[in-house]
This record gives sequence, structure tokens and C-alpha cells, in this order.
Amino acid sequence: MATTKPGVPFQCAIGMISASALAYEVLLMRLFAIIQWHHFAFMIISLALLGYGVSGVVLALNRERLMQNFPLAIVANMMLFGISAPLCFLLAEQIEFYPAEMLWAPVQWLSLCAIYLLLAIPFFFAANVVGLSLYRYKAHISSIYAADLLGAGAGSVAIILLLFLVFPQKSLTVLIISAVTATLIVSRYGFGDKDVDMSPWFGAPLIIMLAVVFMLTEFAPLKVSPYKAQNQLLRVPGTKIIARDSSPLGVISVVSSGITPLRHAPGLSLNATTEPPEQLAVFTDADNMAAITQFTGKPETLGYLDQTTSALPYHLNRLADVLILGAGTGSDVLQANYHAVKHIAAVELNPRIAELITDKFADFAGHIYDGARIDLHIEEARGYLASTNKTHDLINLSLLDAFGSSAAGLYSMAENYLYTEQAIQEYLRHVRPGGYLSLTRWIKMPPRDEVKLLATVLEALKQSGIGDPSRRIAMIRGWQTSTLVIKNGAITTEEIERLKRFCDERSFDPVYYPGITAGEVNRFNIQQQPYLYQAVTALLGDNGPAFSYAYKFNIEPATDDRPYLFHFFKWRSLPESWSLLTKGGSFLLESGYLLLIAALLQAILASLLLIALPLWLWKDKLGIPAGSRDYRPILLYFFCLGLAFLFIEIAFIQKFILILHHPLYAITVVLSTFLLTAGAGSHFSQNLPSGTGKSPVLVPVTGIALLCVLYLLSFESICGFVLGSGNVVRYALSVLLVAPLGFCMGMPFPMALARLGQTAPALIPWAWGINGCASVISAILATLIAMQLGFNVLILLAVALYGVAAWCFPKASPGI
Amino acid sequence: MKKVIHLMFWLIFIGLILFLFSSHVIAEPDFQRQRLALVELIKDEVTTTRDFLQQEALDERVLDALSKVPRHEFVPDSQRPYAYENRPLPIGHGQTISQPYIVAVMTDLLKPKKTDRVLEIGTGSGYQAAILAELVDSVYSIEIIEKLAEQAASNLKRSGYGAVHTRIGDGYYGWESVAPFDGIVVTAVASHIPPPLIKQLKPGGRMIIPVGAPFMTQYLVLVTKDADDKVTTRQILPVSFVPLTGKH
Repeated sequence: MATTKPGVPFQCAIGMISASALAYEVLLMRLFAIIQWHHFAFMIISLALLGYGVSGVVLALNRERLMQNFPLAIVANMMLFGISAPLCFLLAEQIEFYPAEMLWAPVQWLSLCAIYLLLAIPFFFAANVVGLSLYRYKAHISSIYAADLLGAGAGSVAIILLLFLVFPQKSLTVLIISAVTATLIVSRYGFGDKDVDMSPWFGAPLIIMLAVVFMLTEFAPLKVSPYKAQNQLLRVPGTKIIARDSSPLGVISVVSSGITPLRHAPGLSLNATTEPPEQLAVFTDADNMAAITQFTGKPETLGYLDQTTSALPYHLNRLADVLILGAGTGSDVLQANYHAVKHIAAVELNPRIAELITDKFADFAGHIYDGARIDLHIEEARGYLASTNKTHDLINLSLLDAFGSSAAGLYSMAENYLYTEQAIQEYLRHVRPGGYLSLTRWIKMPPRDEVKLLATVLEALKQSGIGDPSRRIAMIRGWQTSTLVIKNGAITTEEIERLKRFCDERSFDPVYYPGITAGEVNRFNIQQQPYLYQAVTALLGDNGPAFSYAYKFNIEPATDDRPYLFHFFKWRSLPESWSLLTKGGSFLLESGYLLLIAALLQAILASLLLIALPLWLWKDKLGIPAGSRDYRPILLYFFCLGLAFLFIEIAFIQKFILILHHPLYAITVVLSTFLLTAGAGSHFSQNLPSGTGKSPVLVPVTGIALLCVLYLLSFESICGFVLGSGNVVRYALSVLLVAPLGFCMGMPFPMALARLGQTAPALIPWAWGINGCASVISAILATLIAMQLGFNVLILLAVALYGVAAWCFPKASPGI
Repeated sequence: MKKVIHLMFWLIFIGLILFLFSSHVIAEPDFQRQRLALVELIKDEVTTTRDFLQQEALDERVLDALSKVPRHEFVPDSQRPYAYENRPLPIGHGQTISQPYIVAVMTDLLKPKKTDRVLEIGTGSGYQAAILAELVDSVYSIEIIEKLAEQAASNLKRSGYGAVHTRIGDGYYGWESVAPFDGIVVTAVASHIPPPLIKQLKPGGRMIIPVGAPFMTQYLVLVTKDADDKVTTRQILPVSFVPLTGKH
């Protein structure tokens, strides 16, 4: 403790722990998305981050004791983080937790809480390291915070790169190594004093313990939920995994069926007599099954693909040039092949999926992605369209999400830019006059996404200035799928005749075509009421808004600002669906949204406990004099910062998905830029004149507000300008756009902590904890606000929160 | 004082142990009582959801079957205490059995007659097959997961439904040698309705398929073949919920 300035090795070690903690967070999301489902991953990890809040409280109450043993406390916490990160995941994995049973079995909630608690432990240790250091080096808070943010920024890039190279569970071992290295660096060189060499104490036990954890991590297979589709299929005799691959976009497994053929043909007509050829199942994250179909070059073996609703456009007109968006394992390409389409452009987001068809299983799949007839583009659909002026006779999007997850209402919080008003307009710009856009979706009962998609399409047509959408759309349905066709032009009588014939031959029901009558819509696949027909006619007529209001699900059109096609929840319908829970109506609950609410409530409750309880019981211990109320603005300041930082970060990640196209790259680039530039901002903040009032913080806050408003007002123009550029320029410009904002956002937190360092240093760990709690609430709340009000509102709210924070900036007068 | 606390500790401890075990040791008369209570509950629920059935109540024979079949014999020991709750239950191997209410509705939709021959694809634990065996003369059931099939056969035999014909194998091609069937229940999820099953359905026959995710039946598909072999489906929401209030 001879020095009051953190040395470079110490800062490096802090950076490494922060990098590992952020990497651990991303990794847990991936691991839980594999063993459970994505939305639970989000909820579990959000709440586990409360470890930061707990750390704040523990440090605040024990700060002096810990300061006396600062080197020991730092090294021990680093070491414990390294050990607990993999160990807690392995233990959490052993807890029997089946989300689908939560509605019935209360014990599942206990399991969930146990998982939260276990996973909060590593974050608690990581937060202790940073929180303690902030308190110890009060005069150099901006350097410590900068190391924290720069480390987190580097961690966000490193984990994505790592996930390209190794399977997620193996990445855990890399975290162990990173944490061990940080521990050894800090124990040997971190305290700038030869008397404080901790390495002899920690070296041997550290290595032994980590070796044990390393072995456990390396050899324990992931315990995937037995209810995931992949595990269900693997129970069928003869099935086995024949290939596995991993990237940040998901773990891909290819399963051969062995004895019992797979026969994946969703939406097949009741009149079909043929079955699919041999197939291989492809799972992403042990779910979302797709199939690679064997193709021997004989189109007649693909006859079953003409027996699905998605084959409709091929029967309306002769199509020479087709664009398949979300080509995946190629069944839509095979369908186009079957219909002898001369040229096919196929766009697929995940290169690893495409490689299955072009490389590993190319012979089995009949080299369908090779040859002069087909162009394969590994890109995000809208990104591809933004980069080309080509037009097509047909643009096809079919069943891009698996039925199981879709049916259970689990996708509600997942943003999807493929089905928004702006996306539909973009697609239609690339459809030749007389050509079609075809959208095939699963049938749901009662209908939800089909109706919401209809509303979105009609609004897109209206916004494009198309006077009479009713002449341009047609829709059909089978018992399992529906297909909506939008023509670039008016649908002709001949096309209507062909549609009727197509439906009659396959026992499909027309939902809508220009001139349809009510008697035609409910003959083969009878619904209690012709829901979809009612929806189309209402939405096309003057009753649209009233229909939308009266509908028991949220069917407001999805937009780029609110890209949530699968968000159907309406508070008004909750009492009814709740009352039907035990009467066979559990599927009516939009569980994804409700779980988000549940997560928010839990986060608020836990934060209240962590903030209010110590205030109530141990005010003195926290360093707040009895009777003082001056701590309130401090509480508000750090709480607002915690909320606002993530609001902006999350909103901008979403906004930049449109510019960078690829969600994964958008998240990586925007997140790392935010964190790295915020780190630089934090470091720079010590150069700002400290002043005595609120003036110092007004500089960055004004910068944040101006930049946010500027981006909000000009985002469309920026988008238009940036989208026309090449890949490198787009990424470079995105970094340049985010950087100044991140730079400003990195300042308010260390500035206030530095002020506290001068006036009430005892409150530093407490402020750190408050910020941690607010960040947890913020991540969940941001998603909820975006779903309800959109990203623009989210950004404006963040600006307002920064305003409130500026108003509460700690006073310069000493003591509180 | 110390002794009293000590005594209380042990009493609570023993009490807890007994409580934990007591839930697993429920006598047969208790099960019978619970089963009848469940049937009453289902009856009540049907009266509130009669729209989808287009009838006031379920067939008395179906309810009678439900009151006879010991569901607790068809679930793992750990699930026995919940056997007569109106909820889906896990039966191991990543499989579940539907909530009794859905089973009742599905069975009713088959309109089973005593002389019928019914095929089930996906035996599961054997519960649905046992219900059918109470209602029709011949029940044939196919299960692809070997362990589950063996367990179901044993459950059925133990509960007095040894007459149910069970087979381990692929249900896609139905049971050709004993086809056609008056009714078919497809409880194993299929990506489409297998054409051979439609073929094995008698004219006038009915096939029922629950669609959804594990633990969650979203809707039921009733496939009917009329006297002219014309096939239609009805998508049935097993719950009284109209997406539109009709006020627009």
C-alpha cells in the first residue's frame, strides 16, 4: 500500500478481469441458449448480473476491513472469479429446470432462483475487484474505470472471435486462463511494492484448483434440456449426430436418421401421396430444425415441395428469376429447382449453414448451391438488398423460424428486421413489375403473426403510396401453413383462376384474393370462424384500426423502430388468458413478454433490497451521517446513469443492425466501440476542469444530448448515405458515428466518483453497487420500452435520464 | 429451554421428512377420490368452453373412462402426487402426457363407438391407449422410443389393459395389417400428416392430432374422411377464446 497510483500491471489485470467478466456474460447467453432457450438465457443472465449490486453493498459495508488487506482481497477475488466462473455454470447446469413446467410446478421457480444465485457469484467477485480498486485509488478513479471499460470492450470482441474458433463450453477454459493470468500478474507485479508479492501464496493452490475446474469443464458435456427438438429426435433409434460446428451464431448439429426416415415436410397437403427423399436434420442450438434433402438431380423426387402453400407463386405465373431470402439448408431452392426456375439468388445469413450444403454434405444435397443457375450470397437479407439494384420475379421468405418456439410465444422479445414495414417496402422495390413477394408462415390458433404480418404489409403498401392494396394481395392457407403473396401490380383474373385451381388440387383454402366471397374461405381446413379472411377484409376496409384495437392480440404493424413481429401481448387480454390457463389455454399466454415482466419485477425487487435495506439498517456503516438526506441525489445520479448508459447502448446496437446488416457484427462493433471509447472518455475526464458546481458534468451530458438528438433527426439520411458504401466504409463510419457518443458517455460516472472521492469517499462502493443494480434493471426495461414505444423513445428517455443525473451531480462541499 | 428447542427441532425435522414422503404414499381410495374430482372439474370446464365442441357436454362414456383409468399408474413415481391435477406431466425421455382435459376433448372428438378399431401413433406412457381401451374393442398403439414403449406396455398390463396391442416402431406407415381404422390419434408430433395414415382411415373415420410444444397443446386438428373419401380438417381451439370480441 505504498503507492496511491495504480500501476500499469494492475490496470492490465483489472482490464483482463473486466474482459473475462463480459466474455463470461456473452458466453453464458450462448450456453443457456443451447441448454435452454434464448429468452431464459436473457432472463437468467440479466439477473445474475445483480452480482454487481451485491458486490457494491458488501464493499460498502466492509470497505475499511477490506482496505486493510487490499492486495489479499484483490488477488483472492480475482482467483475466485476464475474458479467460480466455470464451476458455477457447471453447477447451475445440474439444477433440474424445465421452463415449460413453471406454470404448473412452483418448484421450478426455486430452481430458477438457485440458478440466478449461482451465476451471480462470479459477477460478484469480478465486481469486487473493480469496486475495491475504485475505492482504493480514489484519486485515479478515471484510470481504473477506463481500464474496466477498455477491458470490457476488448472482451466483447475477443469472445466473438473465440466463439468462431471453439465450442462455447470450451471457451470457459479460456476464461479460466485469462483470470489466472490476471491473478498472477496482480499478485506479482500489481502492487508496485516488493513487500507485497502475493504470488508464492497463490501460485500453487491456484494452479491445482484451476486444473480441477479445467478438467471438469473440458470433459463434462452440456446438459441440454430433454424437451429441445434435437434431444427428442436423438431418442429415435438409429439417429446420431454426424457433424457439429460452432460459431457465435449458434452451435449446428447434423443428425442422420438411420432406421426411420426424417420426412420433414411441413405444411404438406392432405392430398399429397409422395414423401420426401432421404433427409438429414440440422439443428441450431439443439432446436430450430431444418432438413438437408437428398437431391440426385431428378426433380420428380421433389414433388412433395409442390404440395405446400409456399408453392403458390410458381403456379400463378412462369417465373424466371427467384430470390430466396433465408435459404438455409436449401428446401426453398429445391422448390424453385422443381419448378425449373432459370436463375436463383439465395441469401443466407449463417455461413456455417451454407457450408453444409456447399461443402460437407454437397454430394448428398446434390450441389444445389453450385452452378450457373444459382448465386449464393452469405449476407443478411436486408443488407443484401441494400447493396443491389437487381429485381426478381419472386422474392420468397418461408418459415424462417421453427414451429415449436414460435408456437410457445417465446420469440416475443426477439427483434426481427425481416418483417417490418420498411423491410416489406425494400422487398417490393426488388420485385419486377408483375412479380411477387411471397411470405409463408405457420398457422397459429388463434391467428397472431399472420394477422400482424398482414397489417404490416398493408401499412407498407399504404406508406408506399399504393392506392388500392386489395388488388395486389392474395393469401391461402393449409392446416399448418399460410402463404401471403403481394404482387407488384394488380392480380389478374387468370391468376385468380390458377390460385383457385392450386388450392382445390391440394385442399388448401383461399383466404383472400380480389373478389373473393365468404363462401370460399373455409371449406377444406375448417376453422370455427374464418379468422384470417375476417382479418384481411377488416384491415383492407375502413374498420382496420377498430379491428386492430378489438383484436385480443397486439397486431400493430411492426416497424424498424419497433421490429417485434412476435410481440402479441396485450394487457387487456391478460385476465382472460390467465383464467383459461388450466382450461387448455396455457398457449394463450404470451410467455416471452410475461417472463420479461417477471424478470423486471425480480430485478426491481432485488435492487430495492440491495439499495434500500442497507440504507435502512446500516446507514452509518455505509458512511452516511444520521439524519443526512444529501445521499439521495447521489443515489439518483448513479441510478440514472446506470439506466441511461444501457438504454443508449441497446438502442444504438439495434439502430446499427440496419446499417451493419448483421446482428452479430452490429452488436460486436457497436458494443466494443461504446465500451472502448467510453474507456477513453473516462481516462480523458480527469483533464476536464473540476469546478465546484454541476458544471463539469454538463460538458459530457450536453454532448450526449446533442449527439443523440442529431442522430435521431438524421438517422435516415445517415443510413441512406452509409448503406450505399462498401463493407469497410460502413464499419468505419459506424465506429466513427458511435465513438463520440461513447466518449462522452464514459465521463459522467468517473467524474462523479472522483467528486465523491474528494467529498465522501466512503460512498464510492455504494455508488458502484447502485450503478450495478440500475444496469440490470436497464437491460430488461430497455427491451420492454423498445417493444412498447420504440427505440427512438428509448433514446429520448436516456437523454432525459442524463439530464436528471446532471441535476443531481454530487456537490463539491465536503461530507454529506 | 435448550431441551425444548432440541425437541422442537427434531419434531419439525421428522415432520418434514414425513411430509415429504407422505405425498408419495397415497392410498388407492384417495386416488379414486381425486380422479372423480378431476372428472367433475373437466365437466365444469367443458360447460364454459362448449363453443368449440358445438355440444353442451362431453360424451358420458368418455368421462366414465376418465374416471376409471388410473392415471397415476401411467406417470413416473415422482409425478404420482400430481397425477390427478389437470396439468400435463413429464413421463421421462423428454416426453409428456397431455393434461386430462385435453385428453378428454381429444377422445371425445374421435366419437368412439364400442365396435371401433382405433390406432394410436405415439403410445407415450400408455394413458391415452388405456382411455381408448375403455371405450372401444380394439386399440393398436405404436411407439418409436423403445424404453417408452416397454414402459407403456408394462403400465397397460399392470392396470388391466393388456388387450391393447402395442408395437415398437415407426408410426408413419400406420398398422397396415389391421387397417383400416375408425379412429386414429397422432400424439407424436409430425411435421405433416402422413399420407399412409389418411389412407388407413375408414370412410367416415376421424383422426385427431394435437399441435403445439411440449407441455402446451396449441390447437387440435381433426381430420375427417367422408363417405366419398374426401378429406377435410378442422382446426379446433380447445378453449373458449375468440380472438375478436366482435365490437368493431
